[in-house]
Amino acid sequence: MRLLATIKIALRALRRNKLRSVLTTLGIIIGVAAVIAMVGIGNGAKAQVDAQIASLGQNVILVFSGSTTRSGIRTGWGSAGTLTIEDADAITREVPGVVAVSPEVRGVRQVAAGNQNWYTQVLGESPAYFDIRQWPLAEGAPFTDQDVRSATKVCVIGATTARQLFGADSALGQIIRIQNVPFVVVGVLTPKGYSVMGQDQDDVIILPYTSAMKRVTGQTTLRGINIQAANAAALPIAEQQITDLLRQRHRLGPGREDDFTVHNQQEIAEMATATAKVMSVLLGAIASVSLIVGGIGIMNIMLVSVTERTREIGIRLAVGAHGRDILLQFLIEAITLSSVGGLIGIGVGVGASQALAVWKEWPTLISLSSVVVAFLFSAAVGVFFGFYPARQASRLDPIEALRYE
Amino acid sequence: MSTVIQLEDVHKTYRTGEVDVHAVRGVSLEVNRGEFVAILGASGSGKSTLMNILGCLDRPTRGRYRLDGTDVSQLDRDARADIRNQKIGFVFQGFNLLARTSALENVELPMLYAHNHRDAGSIRDRALRALETVGLGNRAAHHPSQLSGGQQQRVAIARSLVNQPALLLADEPTGNLDSHSSVELMGVFQQLNEQGITIVMVTHELDIAAYTKRNVVMRDGQIIRDAAVERRLIAKEELVRLQHEQHSVLEVGAASPPRPGESNRGGDAAPTSGPADQGDAV
Repeated sequence: MRLLATIKIALRALRRNKLRSVLTTLGIIIGVAAVIAMVGIGNGAKAQVDAQIASLGQNVILVFSGSTTRSGIRTGWGSAGTLTIEDADAITREVPGVVAVSPEVRGVRQVAAGNQNWYTQVLGESPAYFDIRQWPLAEGAPFTDQDVRSATKVCVIGATTARQLFGADSALGQIIRIQNVPFVVVGVLTPKGYSVMGQDQDDVIILPYTSAMKRVTGQTTLRGINIQAANAAALPIAEQQITDLLRQRHRLGPGREDDFTVHNQQEIAEMATATAKVMSVLLGAIASVSLIVGGIGIMNIMLVSVTERTREIGIRLAVGAHGRDILLQFLIEAITLSSVGGLIGIGVGVGASQALAVWKEWPTLISLSSVVVAFLFSAAVGVFFGFYPARQASRLDPIEALRYE
Repeated sequence: MSTVIQLEDVHKTYRTGEVDVHAVRGVSLEVNRGEFVAILGASGSGKSTLMNILGCLDRPTRGRYRLDGTDVSQLDRDARADIRNQKIGFVFQGFNLLARTSALENVELPMLYAHNHRDAGSIRDRALRALETVGLGNRAAHHPSQLSGGQQQRVAIARSLVNQPALLLADEPTGNLDSHSSVELMGVFQQLNEQGITIVMVTHELDIAAYTKRNVVMRDGQIIRDAAVERRLIAKEELVRLQHEQHSVLEVGAASPPRPGESNRGGDAAPTSGPADQGDAV
């Protein structure tokens, strides 16, 4: 009952100093709002990076052929032609955790359709590629395994290529000439946007890899192989097995370097998310500083308030308040200020990040945990920064306090 | 008649640096229920220190203090707070009301710190009744800044009475009041005393002490005189006389231009010894 009375007294005291209470709360409001908004922005960025990573496909292993050295000039991954279609077939057959394989060749070519032409990336893939990269078609259908076997002159094109060559017209059934070889457009891909590296992924023409090798690039070897593992757990095992299999097939004895490289998409993802995480932490840390500053504001005001209300404290002590009652009163005042500030701050923070998302088209993500943590932290700020002034108040001598001018 | 205050050879020594200050040196005093006592003395006579001890705001260094039958001389801080809450009502020179707080809420204050806590409704009722006792039932919602000095002091009296204490302690209660309000206040005290409330008042104004029943004079930390008041003033009669005096002054002064701020405040017909000595109140 006494606690209830003390709460009532504390709330009355806050109401008596409305403007000061509001201004004190403002520090906490800004602090909490900053934390919520900053963490929201950070999380949004992280989610965006995650989405981009996911657009590469799930549980993907990329194998590139090695580089060559001709007259002392090293040519980079994929140029040596150490990987063959047979290697890809062997991986499909012999590595258990693998669910999809797409051999890849790649070239950049000037292509033409009607009176338009365009310089774009030409990829040779198997139909599995669209599953591996989780890249559905907007129109038409992907080419088939039959197309691969007979090296049919068909292609699937990206959204950018379609726009550049055909404008607003439908691309389906149209002819694209690549090095004067006519290919029929059988499908148009959904837009995927820019990659993590800033490349337009939609600026592409995808052919059956056999057609690409025979009719466009003239190569007999592969630049790389896209492989999809069954799940994340199978990824490292499959990676190891692929390495072993390829070393064996390429007759590489112990001590000799691989003539290919294996990347797993997880590594790329981890690197990218690590960057985003650093950003999140950084933003959160900066925002926390403002929350602490808000807390110091509370302490400052509470200390001033204790001095200013010395006489009031004296009166309370004289009419029978215990030191504990005074301590509690000031503590409750501080906690009320900070937690009310916390609640309003959450509202402002959510609102601000929402507004930012709409206005600047920056994705923000408010997590429940950041809201809860921000609120608890703001309440803790009240306890922490309120305790010292409250204790000062509770230790006053009633005679001295009553005499205070 | 039962004894409310019983002091036996009470001493209080302050240590300020190297020197010991003997503020109270061997005071023995008994006050019975229903008495109205004024403790008189000049600045530094030890009367304020004695007042603090009587009010359980301070402990005697030596000696015994029984209040309403309980020995309170060696109680700790919290226990003394409870005694103050239950047994003592305070009226101070500076009124000591909470600013920006209604008269009603000010009067409710001691009940909020009481151990036998009442519900909000009965606290309100009691506070309102206490205000009515001092004639301020219609001012319950007013803040101290909206009340005159005399009214503020009456709110303080209502606050002091609300827990039905055994003793009402008044420390220079008229020190911040003009003569008219002072006499009015003494009227309130006399009325309360007639209802059986024991009052002990510290003052340095002889004419205010004349409204009490018994005067205790202190000097150098000791009681040098303790006697019943022979020619006791009755506040009601004094008020009539003051009114009459003021009336005649106004009649005479009608020819001259009126002075600003001329009302029941101001220093006209002041029989008191001028503004209160602030330093003495402590």
